[in-house]
Amino acid sequence: MAEPVLSIRNLKKDFGTREILKGLSFDVCKGDVVTIIGPSGSGKSTLIRCVNFLETPTDGQVLYKGRPVRDTFHKLSLYRTKVGMVFQQFNLFNNLNVLDNCTVGPVKVLGMDKLEAEQRAVQYLETVGMHGYVNARPGQLSGGQKQRVAIARALTLQPEVLLLDEPTSALDPEMVGEVLAVMRKLADEGLTMVVVTHEMAFARDVSSHVIFIDQGVIAEEGSPDEIFGHPKQQRTQEFLARFQLQYGAQ
Amino acid sequence: MQVPETFTGWVVFLLQQYGGVLLKGAVVTLLLAITGTLVGCVIGLVVGAIETIPEEEADSAVARILLRAVKKVLYAYVEVFRGTPMIVQAMVVYYGAMSIFNIDMSPLFAGFFVVSINTGAYMAETIRGGIESIDDGQKEAAIAIGMNHFEAMRYIILPQAVRNILPQIGNNLIINIKDTSVLNVISVTELYFASKSAAGVYYKYFEVFFITCCIYFLMTFTASRLLRWWEKRIDGPADYCLVEYDPMVDPCTEYPLTMVKKGGK
Repeated sequence: MAEPVLSIRNLKKDFGTREILKGLSFDVCKGDVVTIIGPSGSGKSTLIRCVNFLETPTDGQVLYKGRPVRDTFHKLSLYRTKVGMVFQQFNLFNNLNVLDNCTVGPVKVLGMDKLEAEQRAVQYLETVGMHGYVNARPGQLSGGQKQRVAIARALTLQPEVLLLDEPTSALDPEMVGEVLAVMRKLADEGLTMVVVTHEMAFARDVSSHVIFIDQGVIAEEGSPDEIFGHPKQQRTQEFLARFQLQYGAQ
Repeated sequence: MQVPETFTGWVVFLLQQYGGVLLKGAVVTLLLAITGTLVGCVIGLVVGAIETIPEEEADSAVARILLRAVKKVLYAYVEVFRGTPMIVQAMVVYYGAMSIFNIDMSPLFAGFFVVSINTGAYMAETIRGGIESIDDGQKEAAIAIGMNHFEAMRYIILPQAVRNILPQIGNNLIINIKDTSVLNVISVTELYFASKSAAGVYYKYFEVFFITCCIYFLMTFTASRLLRWWEKRIDGPADYCLVEYDPMVDPCTEYPLTMVKKGGK
């Protein structure tokens, strides 16, 4: 088995007296697509935000290629360029057009040449099918288009791992498909991803590893076959039962 | 010399006699107002950016204490300069510099100084409000692509915040055009000072100040129209053009990006 790119070790997070994450551990290897599923309020988003330190974990460790993040990178910002993030609310920079949204990171953070960054950005915008919109401003795009640009923005930094925090949850149903298609394509191309999602069909068909989180702990994890085909825990079964209707439609 | 008898006659006469003096005063007023507003904006941007640093950004305990101390000092600056009249500040700065530090600054320099730090105090609060009005997601996304607080401020947050508070910057410019008249107490030869001198010659206060009134309004109205125009320009074109280009066809051609970027109209 390949060396893990990210290893999460006994991660804990409190907000005041509320314990959200109660010690989670898992590995993300190169080429893995890890999906994190679970009921609302179970700590999925907090977990993924702790992985790139948008939330500071209360306890536990995040290892990057086997070493603690703080040891490898003297600045967290450099680590964050290796671990891309896609948000539920897209968060495109409203003052910049599509192209500049993608290039501002490589140019201002990594000091890359502007033209080189633009060429790279166009290449990734092409991947997500948004290269025709380089001039558009975020306000002029639909939700699905915004999210695809947000994915291209994260990819332009060429991260080792892409974290996606419920990337389709803020979208109209008709736009979910286009974003999932892009994610599926990236998975096929071998991009390492950690996806928090409520799209069970995506988790079942695309991921290499599924983690079911409930009340701040990993209740069950395994291959999509194990989780969706033969869930062992009662909580997993109950949770998945809610999505059965959706399966019938597929 | 023929002395005019009607109101209009006096206005024309005074314009001929003192038009140049009043114009020079107006130029000084404009210079004071524009410089004061610009420097004030810069002060405001810096103070606003510092005041919004979250304490978690400071790595060590020393940095945290330093940050807290700097914030306290800036807070004091804002409160003191917002809380005292500019006319009093002018007196304190101009005469205070002379008696305490033995610095004999020119009235004009003292004027620039007072207007700038006064505007800066107001702008600091305006810009803090502007920064806080920007969705947290913008800052988060900037952090997530590897920016630190100041990079996020400079490239992402402040451009949006400044756009939102542009009307307030306009307010400040207009207020400054009018309120620099208080600097006559330290003999800065701005428009009000020039008018008072001109009026004193023939004791024609109404006639001179009628002209002055018109000049002030002309300046403020022009400023407000220019700012509106600038706002529109910042917003950019309402539409965009799709780029009909498929790099997969011939990956070796250089992508004419500079042309593409100007194409949105």
